[in-house]
Amino acid sequence: MASRVLPAFGSRRSLHIFERNYYAYRSQWLMFASGFFEPFFYLLAIGIGLNHLVGALPVGGRSVSYATFVAPGMLATSAMNGAVIDSIFNPFFRLKISHTYDAVLSTPLDVTDVALGEVWWALSRAALYAASFIVCMVLLGDATSPWVVLCWPGAVLTSLAFTCVGLAGCTYVRSWQDFDVVTLVTLPLFLFSGTFFPITLYPQWLGAIVSVSPLYQAAALLRGLATGQFDLLMLGRAGYLVALGLAGLWLAARRFRAILTP
Amino acid sequence: MTAQGGRDIVAEARGLVKRFGAFEAVRGVDFTIARGESFGFLGPNGAGKTSTMRMVSAVSQPSAGSLSIFGLDPRVHGPEIRGRIGVVPQDDSLELELSVRLNIEMYGRYFDLPRRVLRERTDELLDFARLTERADSKVDDLSGGMKRRLTIARALVNRPEMLILDEPTTGLDPQARHLLWERLYRLKREGVTLIITTHYMDEAEQLCDRLVVMDNGTIVAEGAPRELIEHHSSREVLELRFGTDAHAAMHDVLAPHAERVEVLPDRVLLYVEDGDDALRTVHAAGITPLSALVRRSSLEDVFLRLTGRTLVD
Ligand SMILES: Nc1ncnc2c1ncn2[C@@H]1O[C@H](COP(=O)(O)OP(=O)(O)OP(=O)(O)O)[C@@H](O)[C@H]1O
Ligand SMILES: [Mg+2]
Repeated sequence: MASRVLPAFGSRRSLHIFERNYYAYRSQWLMFASGFFEPFFYLLAIGIGLNHLVGALPVGGRSVSYATFVAPGMLATSAMNGAVIDSIFNPFFRLKISHTYDAVLSTPLDVTDVALGEVWWALSRAALYAASFIVCMVLLGDATSPWVVLCWPGAVLTSLAFTCVGLAGCTYVRSWQDFDVVTLVTLPLFLFSGTFFPITLYPQWLGAIVSVSPLYQAAALLRGLATGQFDLLMLGRAGYLVALGLAGLWLAARRFRAILTP
Repeated sequence: MTAQGGRDIVAEARGLVKRFGAFEAVRGVDFTIARGESFGFLGPNGAGKTSTMRMVSAVSQPSAGSLSIFGLDPRVHGPEIRGRIGVVPQDDSLELELSVRLNIEMYGRYFDLPRRVLRERTDELLDFARLTERADSKVDDLSGGMKRRLTIARALVNRPEMLILDEPTTGLDPQARHLLWERLYRLKREGVTLIITTHYMDEAEQLCDRLVVMDNGTIVAEGAPRELIEHHSSREVLELRFGTDAHAAMHDVLAPHAERVEVLPDRVLLYVEDGDDALRTVHAAGITPLSALVRRSSLEDVFLRLTGRTLVD
């Protein structure tokens, strides 16, 4: 018997799902490579473009350039978008269109292995893209502190939260039309989560609502890490993302089981 | 696990039930399958064959009753049981994102087989499925029958002790069907247990040592094909055709001339001991069919008798 990764959840066999996805993507290297260009686009367009128009902004006690402010937010957004692709679009196709998982489940793999395997895959991609993003930040001079390296695990944690929630969400998608709902959720998250500007600009009540947004929590966490300004609140933010991830994964496995082995 | 009589039992179900919500698809079935046996499930559409097979494959959980596969409880030892089984599902769930070759290789990886071993096995299985030339094609580009062959080849990659085939030959051309039969005979000789569902009676008679007929989620008959025919049908069948709309009216007219009369849309079946004899008495009674045919009883007749339906409906 393969050793358990978590008590009663998934096994080492979940890595075969990672392997499967690797084979599936090998022929789609262009799509794979596009993930590396994304940070350049974000950082160039928003960072450099707006940097000259927008003055310095306060982060923690310090005042930083707009590019330095916005880069961690873009990193968080990029992690969210990657997670949406890897946890909603692709798994939906495998779950309900191509019935890939039906075949997988007649092998020793379990439903929990399938869910966990998709998470490994999404996190690996996120880690790769986040690394390239952080290198870009450093090269473009948007990083002000060596602590910026901590953005790497921070971005992976962001991906974990969104991937697991996305996996649960993908089980509710009935057809391609439903993907409009996904956009309906991610677009406002992207626009209003303090990724472009500090949420202190909002009225207090709106700020309170936005602080529930996982993208806001992720952006705030990454901003703290990128500038090396740590506070206890960041532990809370990280805890929030972990909790969201675990809850999402639990629900995803339950839903996968109900759908795949009724 | 050995049971009474020293037979090696690979699958045993007692009062096995499968419910989907309030609907009971399998309503308490019992069966015992010995190692090396080829065992068939027959039954009309919706009888519960696939639901039963999915439980035996340790994929879907029984709702009630007991099930033991290789002496193990599938609720607890699912991965281990599945590792020793090969499954050909009713719908080929092939990997559209992978090539033909990778469909087999990756499937083998799920069983933790080393890549080196898999390369060799895949070559052999591609050859068996006559897909060697299409090894690098996308699955989407294959014909329906080719996909079916690939699904069958894939199920053999882990050298299963038990092979579960849900309508394996649906969509296969005669040559491919006979290639599969040949392979199944060979596997059987090697001691592999076969569990098969099919809507083709000739296939069931050819392949199955023993079979059950399911209807409405229950088992309505069980036995070897010949036993079932002897037990549930007469020795011979006289098939008569009349004008198209005359059939329904013929039942009462023909009833005195046979043990049992079955009226089908296109013909009337008379179950009799001696077909030629019966035909003479029919003629003597002044009944003149457009055509007449005498044949031996087959499983199809058993099926018709037990379920009131023709097999391919
Ligand atoms: N996931 C499901 N949810 C609800 N009902 C189901 C489900 N799967 C099967 N059923 C129902 O259970 C019954 C038995 O289905 P099953 O697929 O086992 O039949 P079958 O004997 O394999 O038929 P066929 O010859 O058409 O393949 C059918 O009435 C079917 O509608
Ligand atoms: Mg079926």
